[in-house]
Amino acid sequence: MAGQTLYDKIWDAHLVDASAGGMALIYIDVHLTHEVTTPQAFEGLRQAGRSVRRPDLTLAVADHAIPTTDRNAPVEDAQAALQLETLAANTAEFGIEYYDGHDIRQGIVHVVGPEQGLTQPGMTIVCGDSHTSTHGAFGALAHGIGTSEVEHVLATQTLIARKAKNMRVTVNGALAPGITPKDMALAIIGKIGTAGGTGHVIEYSGAAVRALSMEGRMTLCNMTIEAGARAGLIAPDEITFAYLKGRPRAPKGAAWEAARAYWRGLASDDAAVFDRQIVMDAADIPPLVTWGTSPEDVAPITGAVPDPAQERDPDKARAMRRSLDYMDLQPGAKMTDIKIDRVFIGSCTNSRIEDLRAAAAIVKGHKVASHVGAMVVPGSGLIKAQAEEEGLDKIFLDAGFEWREAGCSMCLGMNPDRLAPGERCASTSNRNFEGRQGKGGRTHLMSPAMAAAAAIKGAFADVRECKLG
Amino acid sequence: MKKFTTLTGIAAPLPMVNVDTDKIIPAQFLKSIGREGLGEALFFDMRYLPDGSENPDFVLNKPAYRQAKILIAGDNFGCGSSREHAPWALADFGISCVIAPDFADIFYNNCFKNGILPIKIDKETWEKLLDDAVRGANAMITVDLEAQEIRGPDGGVATFDVDPFRKECLLNGWDDIDLTLQKSAAIDAFEKKRVTAWPWAAPVDG
Repeated sequence: MAGQTLYDKIWDAHLVDASAGGMALIYIDVHLTHEVTTPQAFEGLRQAGRSVRRPDLTLAVADHAIPTTDRNAPVEDAQAALQLETLAANTAEFGIEYYDGHDIRQGIVHVVGPEQGLTQPGMTIVCGDSHTSTHGAFGALAHGIGTSEVEHVLATQTLIARKAKNMRVTVNGALAPGITPKDMALAIIGKIGTAGGTGHVIEYSGAAVRALSMEGRMTLCNMTIEAGARAGLIAPDEITFAYLKGRPRAPKGAAWEAARAYWRGLASDDAAVFDRQIVMDAADIPPLVTWGTSPEDVAPITGAVPDPAQERDPDKARAMRRSLDYMDLQPGAKMTDIKIDRVFIGSCTNSRIEDLRAAAAIVKGHKVASHVGAMVVPGSGLIKAQAEEEGLDKIFLDAGFEWREAGCSMCLGMNPDRLAPGERCASTSNRNFEGRQGKGGRTHLMSPAMAAAAAIKGAFADVRECKLG
Repeated sequence: MKKFTTLTGIAAPLPMVNVDTDKIIPAQFLKSIGREGLGEALFFDMRYLPDGSENPDFVLNKPAYRQAKILIAGDNFGCGSSREHAPWALADFGISCVIAPDFADIFYNNCFKNGILPIKIDKETWEKLLDDAVRGANAMITVDLEAQEIRGPDGGVATFDVDPFRKECLLNGWDDIDLTLQKSAAIDAFEKKRVTAWPWAAPVDG
């Protein structure tokens, strides 16, 4: 028998029915929900007189539209307030646990799942949010779904799915000092493009991936959707188990031992066959910053804005010109000469404690440039509390950053945290699409340390040249 | 779900690559708790000028394409967020078929749940269809799902592939939750197995 990949194993273990031609019915272990992509799904259930099959396998968290300002103040945006009230009412009606804005466990759903130990190896996890790929860091098959599928999972605890192809991205060697998992993710997307993983599940492997912490692995898997693959995976190992052990929803005692034995068997077999393979060397990855309006538009911080005249593909050249026009950048401009107006440190990509520590290490003892508005939005209430215990909040506040409550915030600008037209932002989020952080806003993606360095310098800066403290 | 059988209409050309779901419908329109009325917000930032007036240069604002039912779109259409508001906005505007060389996976999937047929087509046929689309109302296109054919204005016929299950669902307007609920016995059996095989995985709370 041919070897199986990690993806093959999880798929097979969750197969409920494979009779519908190329489509299969797979069982879902954890369904994460939030206020934005569920109201229509719950309404659909009500209209059809259906119930939620497994409320006990479902968790709701307020994250997308919730303001990151004082949680005791009323939500001023009437539509956002209605969405939050609707989620509270729906979860109460259907018996689903809900972390609202007053719960310290509230945060970005993809930060909360792992933090609570809900996200475990070998599971299938879905959520009406494309960055569900984050959970793949644990060796769980996790991907985003649409609202109709949210309704389907609520009603049946299954998903109609077509099996994707297997792709492996191997990053050998070790990341150089100052280079982060975010740089690794951007380097991969820059190499394979935003459609490079379409139709595939990407398994990340290689020494540089194995060396990543769980938080680093989450950053890498989170960005998988920006490479076109719905799900990313990393085989669970001792680092995974150490992270999970003792978390509120992780198995305990004998169950822990049984689970760990099962998890150890999930790694791809040596003889497993991948439909597509990419191999990279971590030592070649510099600190990266995006220059355009697609996450594949990456440039090294030591480089310059590329010239569409050098692009041979006419479609790509046209897209580049449009991007540069939108971003108000000239070909050949040095990346370190690009001045910024705003800094956003947060999002499901980079809002965890290690991200905040890395940014604080750069910020400590410095001030945010006078023309820059900067904010830090922790990924969850628990991360915020931990950062405050470590004194990170003080470092940020002393430097002139805003220190906010947990949520998706300016990653997608659904709440009041938005760029004004024309504003340029150094952002630790995942998408630099036109208008993503506010109509006319210009987003440059980078690591937390690089965003912190940009806040201090007022322009993009090479974090390797920043003196710590 | 609305059925999709045969569609004849004007095809609007939007050959831009990597049209993401934020472009299809920006986040400020995701605060609705319903699915209706999102057509007004379709392609909002490209379709309207900063003062709120229509951008006369955007394809769907041109007189020839205001009634478009088909979109000839560029590579990797629908990349980015999983928001189903993107197909809802297309459907509400009146577009129920998108033809592109390739689609992002989640958007592609979401289309089928909303009576929209996304067609992946080879680059050569796509270029021909794009040429037809540029001719506006002089070039009506017919998409026949049963026959898996696109018939052009000059008698040209192109065939396309579609998953047989999804095709049946669209042709019949089937609700896939109903279909799955017919398999409740298999789900029950799986859940029994799950409790024994992976006891630590259920339930979530505890």
